[in-house]
Amino acid sequence: MRKKSFFQKAAAVPHIMWVIMFIAAPMLFVLYFALTDAEGKFSFSNIAELSKYGNVFILSIAFALIATVICLLIGYPLAYFMSRQSERAQKILMVLVMLPMWCNLLIRTYALMALLDNGGLLNSLLVKLGLDKVSIVGTNFGVILGMVYDFLPYMVLPIFTSMTKLDKRYIEASHDLGCNNWQTMTKVIMPLTVSGVISGITMVFVPSISTFYISQKLGAGKIDLVGDTIERLFQNTSTYGVGAAMSLIMMILILISVGIMNRFSDDEDKTVKRGGIR
Amino acid sequence: MKILSKFYIAIIFVLLYLPIAVLIIFSFNESGSLSEFSGFSTMWYKELFEDEEAFTSLMNSLILAVSSAVIATVIGTFGALGLHRMRSRYIKGAVNSITNIPMMNPDIVTGVSMMLLFVAVANLIRSQSFFGFGTMLVAHVTFSIPYVMLSVMPRFKQLDKSLSEAAQDLGCTPAKAFFKVELPEIIPGIISGLMLGFTMSLDDFVISHFVSSPDFQTLPLYVYNQTAHNVKFSMYALSSLIVAVILVILIAVNFAGGKKRREVAKK
Repeated sequence: MRKKSFFQKAAAVPHIMWVIMFIAAPMLFVLYFALTDAEGKFSFSNIAELSKYGNVFILSIAFALIATVICLLIGYPLAYFMSRQSERAQKILMVLVMLPMWCNLLIRTYALMALLDNGGLLNSLLVKLGLDKVSIVGTNFGVILGMVYDFLPYMVLPIFTSMTKLDKRYIEASHDLGCNNWQTMTKVIMPLTVSGVISGITMVFVPSISTFYISQKLGAGKIDLVGDTIERLFQNTSTYGVGAAMSLIMMILILISVGIMNRFSDDEDKTVKRGGIR
Repeated sequence: MKILSKFYIAIIFVLLYLPIAVLIIFSFNESGSLSEFSGFSTMWYKELFEDEEAFTSLMNSLILAVSSAVIATVIGTFGALGLHRMRSRYIKGAVNSITNIPMMNPDIVTGVSMMLLFVAVANLIRSQSFFGFGTMLVAHVTFSIPYVMLSVMPRFKQLDKSLSEAAQDLGCTPAKAFFKVELPEIIPGIISGLMLGFTMSLDDFVISHFVSSPDFQTLPLYVYNQTAHNVKFSMYALSSLIVAVILVILIAVNFAGGKKRREVAKK
């Protein structure tokens, strides 16, 4: 083995320095602010303070879960149907899924709000048809709708990718062996696209639970989620500690749920592989 | 079943694009109303183009995106090289896990964590105007690095080690061997990392929101401030323009890709 040169050893040094200074150190600052009081002494007072925000946490988790489930229920069939189209159509549909992802979230949310607002197009059309106005902006439903609308493409894309990677011969084999369409779906296609589903769930759940722009716009400022609360707490120097504690708890919550899901997906892969050998 | 599935796809895409279509149509509405289209007008576009702040924010966004993408790509590429060569698995694993933190964390946590660091540094050096281009640049480089690593690392793993060793046997210094032999192999990964970093930076709002100052505004921050309290129709115009630009780029990229594939197929 050749002796490593100075060049090779030094190549990673700027990178390591950078991630220590600007990724690891900021995380330690969050920890420090969360676990100290105003005088800089170790204390759990900030964490204890969070009990005031219990319902904010519950609401955020519930909203993010509902939005994720709806995205999965809409997105999985969509990705499946997309993958059954001709190659040319698939390419066009893929661009159509990606276009909203490339548009800034602010623009998408703002566009949805403009459509659904009390003085928006939807309500003026309803009035013209002689129907009652619906108020969506400023309700729980509005916020969840905003999450679904904004993050649906993030659910569709990974599932669609794993659908296209799926070996079509498995589906043929399952039909040959006497499975009907539904059995093929539940016994072959679904287990083989679990990894896409898992990354889709992560990509919808994490931004949903931490959003503040969607709840500001489609909740019309009436609905407070974890993101809104953190954003507000960090506008004032005296509440940095509570804000940091809240960020820390949210981070831990997300790490745990992502960890559980990844384990779940590993197990699934293993069972599929085992089934394959048998 | 076939028709049903086409119908389903159509419905979802119509719903997905309806708000954006309405936004674009009403950006040409002459009365400042969202409920009724009273006549075609480009006045909101005119108002937008006369808005110097919008233009400055666009320039800021572009400058920041280019510089942060370049810096992140350089740091990330050399980082990937060094980590790829590193023998200690523990250091490698630790550095990789730290690097991926911004990718796993919600943006708001990355944003507040960097803000706390910058606040601490600003207090330390007693600076009143610490936040601005510098803090934005550091933040954007930081959240871009994981994406650069993600696109460059696989290229390093595919590299044939013996090629670099052969170059060194033939008299290249390790640095020269890297630039002459390995760099050309990993260029596609570097370019996709660069593009990813560029688009991530242009698109970012949440992290920027926490580390910016009013003196240095990017386009998303400008949109946020403008839409904070009231409906502004020039923002509809701006959003429509952004959507149009993205559409053109996406079609161009896909069209060029299709052409290339056809050429390859011909060969």
